[in-house]
Amino acid sequence: MSVITEARPAVTLDAPLLRAIGVSKTYRTPDHIGRLVLDRLDFSLRDGEIVAILGRSGSGKSTFLRLLAGLQPPSEGRIEYRGEVVTGPVRGVAMVFQSFALFPWLTVLGNVELGLEALGVPAAERRRRAVEAIDLIGLDGFESAYPKELSGGMRQRVGFARALVVNPDVLLLDEPFSQLDVLTAETLRNDLHDLWIEKRIPTKGIVMVSHNIEEAVEMADRILIFSSDPGRISAELSVRLARPREPDTPPFRQVVDQVYTLLTTVPGRDGRRGAKAEPIGLGHRLPEASVQQISGLLERLVDEPYFGRADLPHLADEEHLDMDELFPLLELLHLLGFAHVSGGDIELTPTGRSYAEADMEGRKRIFADAVLKHVPLAAHIRRVLDERPGHRAPAARFLRELEDHLSEEEARRVLDTVINWGRHAEIFAYDDDEEVLNLEDF
Amino acid sequence: MEQRWGLPLIAWPDRLRPNLWDLVALPMVFGALALLAWGGMAMGANYRVGETLTISLDPWHLPEYALRTVLRMAAALIASLVFSLVYAAVAAKSRAAEKIMIPLLDILQSVPILGFLSITVTGFIALFPGRLLGVECAAIFAIFTSQAWNMTFSLYQSLRTVPIELSEAARMYHLSAWQRFWRLEVPHAIPQLVWNMMMSVSGGWFFVVASEAITVSGQTILLPGIGSYIATAITERELGPIGYAVLVMLVVILLYDQLLFRPLLAWSAKFRGEQGDEDVVRPWFLLVLQRAQFFDLVHSGVLALNRGTDAVLAVMARQRAARRQPAARPARLERLYDLALLAAAAAALVWIVAFVRETVPSGEIGWVALLGLFTAIRVVVLIALASLIWVPIGVWIGLRPRIADRAQPIVQFLAAFPANLFFPVAVVLILRFRLDPEIWLSPLMILGTQWYILFNVIAGTTVLSAELRFAAVNLGVRRALWWRRVMLPAIFPAYITGAVTAAGGAWNASIVSEVVQWGDTTLKATGIGAYIAQYTAVGDAARIALGIGVLCLYVLAFNRLLWRRLYDLAAERLRLD
Repeated sequence: MSVITEARPAVTLDAPLLRAIGVSKTYRTPDHIGRLVLDRLDFSLRDGEIVAILGRSGSGKSTFLRLLAGLQPPSEGRIEYRGEVVTGPVRGVAMVFQSFALFPWLTVLGNVELGLEALGVPAAERRRRAVEAIDLIGLDGFESAYPKELSGGMRQRVGFARALVVNPDVLLLDEPFSQLDVLTAETLRNDLHDLWIEKRIPTKGIVMVSHNIEEAVEMADRILIFSSDPGRISAELSVRLARPREPDTPPFRQVVDQVYTLLTTVPGRDGRRGAKAEPIGLGHRLPEASVQQISGLLERLVDEPYFGRADLPHLADEEHLDMDELFPLLELLHLLGFAHVSGGDIELTPTGRSYAEADMEGRKRIFADAVLKHVPLAAHIRRVLDERPGHRAPAARFLRELEDHLSEEEARRVLDTVINWGRHAEIFAYDDDEEVLNLEDF
Repeated sequence: MEQRWGLPLIAWPDRLRPNLWDLVALPMVFGALALLAWGGMAMGANYRVGETLTISLDPWHLPEYALRTVLRMAAALIASLVFSLVYAAVAAKSRAAEKIMIPLLDILQSVPILGFLSITVTGFIALFPGRLLGVECAAIFAIFTSQAWNMTFSLYQSLRTVPIELSEAARMYHLSAWQRFWRLEVPHAIPQLVWNMMMSVSGGWFFVVASEAITVSGQTILLPGIGSYIATAITERELGPIGYAVLVMLVVILLYDQLLFRPLLAWSAKFRGEQGDEDVVRPWFLLVLQRAQFFDLVHSGVLALNRGTDAVLAVMARQRAARRQPAARPARLERLYDLALLAAAAAALVWIVAFVRETVPSGEIGWVALLGLFTAIRVVVLIALASLIWVPIGVWIGLRPRIADRAQPIVQFLAAFPANLFFPVAVVLILRFRLDPEIWLSPLMILGTQWYILFNVIAGTTVLSAELRFAAVNLGVRRALWWRRVMLPAIFPAYITGAVTAAGGAWNASIVSEVVQWGDTTLKATGIGAYIAQYTAVGDAARIALGIGVLCLYVLAFNRLLWRRLYDLAAERLRLD
């Protein structure tokens, strides 16, 4: 078996199953200034392929999947299913949800039958098809169980059975394995994979949003990498490994390395492999990472076996960090000038090294300097507090400024994050009761 | 509901074959139907305003009276349910409707329930001339107003908080709007709705008793029922019959609990999904319902009806969709709509003020506002007193799980029991000991609603984790410090919920508790409740409107300025999760 082969037969380029043409999505903010989430995306899903979408949180990948599903309308551009414009959920496209989205008051059978019932399938046929789907996905014996009686893995199997029973052409998967433990996720993924390559399901194409790089490489024929703010397709990668794919083989690792490289190239916006952290704006979506986490990571990085430099896939593996955990940390380290992240590698800077080697007080000082220097929002808050006579300012004031750039929820999160850093670095203090930032005790 | 209770049954003929459980179920069902028919006929009896309906104090008449009362309650409950479903559905689906419906509901909630009775009774009588049905409807409407608002709110809130992924799944799998409503939104709302229904019915018994003796333009109509029985006993100064009435009421509330709410609560647990901890013991009546095939038949019938409606609606929707295309509503039109709403509200306000001012001099308006203040002081003092008594007791019970388990149903029962049955006893005591009615009538306001404080404090204490309590012991936190730093903050959210309910109930009760009679003796306390009661008796519409309006303003002000803030504080800072 050669390693570099097309896993599926030749595709017909002229008749894509699903197609996105110049699709943008803008959310309306309270002050009616649109916030661009997805920016002019073009995409097509061809017959017989699995496409995985990878990207950091905030890259709009889940939103994109919902546009494809017809659950939300695009602000610009259009979605086509077999050449017809999609205006709402279409027959032939089914979706599996991250949180399973099972109806808790329906049994397994009831959940699986529901979609058929809505389509007006007669009772007897409904029952037959549902039982078949349940058998197919390995749930036989659990027909009369309620979702709460099942484990997470079994629940997601119900989610798959419910999707498959309507015989969809296209299956949309929204991080379907992310709420399952590693072993359960792998079993379910393998079962789905088997059904797919043995063609026991009529599905002709799968789009899967994921935050797990190995999962994407294992499943996908094509991987799209989304960049953030606004979401764009920053890179595309064909995976031409024979199936079934073994994660421990060198060719597989090579693809994983390649994905890491593509993902870590993103921060240098214009594609340049930024050696130096680029200046960010006031409304930058600060990564959700805590001081404790970066301290821990820096300590590991400075010691053996890394000695200040690590290969990201290796690091992720060793430290049991998945993409959602690792990338915010990398971004923060990069942002603060503690490390350079590029080409799938991380390398500590002298500042990062001295942080790791300093005592608690020293670390605080280095961290405070870095935050004031590299995080404009923190510097801005400190400046405002310095200028005000009482050295106090309500949090809402900064929240409003952030909401010019971010969604309400995101603005809240970013402010909370910066307040956390600011408190730790003793740049400013915060009174949670009154929601006031101040310079007390300094 | 479109739900199967048990396991799915595979073949049709089998599940419809009667079994032994039907022997229990069928007599109950047909008996209930017969009683319903008889009660309905009695309600439709001929009646002309001016006739007096005599109520016999013979205890053998009590079962009949109890049945009439129960039927009124059931009718009001069904009406409330239908109203909530329609009102909440419309409010949750249409933004334009929501803008007016939700604030309206908020205000309706603070209108004293007996106020509705005095306003609407003449209208209902005119609706069914020559029949008792008009008066019956007025009474049922009063009970309805004590239940509907809070059920509607609960339903509306549940409809708005359907998990996003579930509704996405429903759309993804092409459920129609009708199917989404009955198979996703309503099931999601059921646990909260059932709980609220139970609470509403608890409150409702008080108003059943109060609304059966209706005064229309100076003449009292006594509808056959427990409330009228007590009213008659009061006029005739008979304590014995009051004792019988209390006993019968006890039985009625127990039956409601056993036959309706225990099964409903147990059944609703399945709609809770994740958080639902399965009740180990299924209530016996739910077992009868689930096992008897008769109910499967009924259930299939309801299902078929629901499906049929869906099919019809689908055809209609297709025809309509063909004719019109959806147009986005421009922002300017929306602004115009808002303005129109404001204008309508302003016009209504002006009209009401003009109506009141026509008969009532401005000095009296100030006096009524002052009366409101008197009642407000009573409510505040009583809530404080009740808290002083019940918080320590509630904590004591809550810390002892065994006692708490047994205490919960008893307290729930006490909350349901109409406290106005005991008012005569209070009057007798006040007369005997020559007490000042201004002070000693006040406790009556809170007699029925204080239990909500106890109930919630017990619940709040039991959910406090054992680890937190052990940690407090471990740190040597005791006595005053323990109360201040551990227990009081821990039960605060639950206590606030209880206190809000108790205060709301006290305001409502002021109308019946500030004026109390015993034969020819009338005891009166100065307050807004007494004012409303007094002018309701003579049928002075302008003054009733004024009194109710002022009371409403007080309740709204309290809710907005005090309770809402405490609530937010509790929700934000003192949550235990």
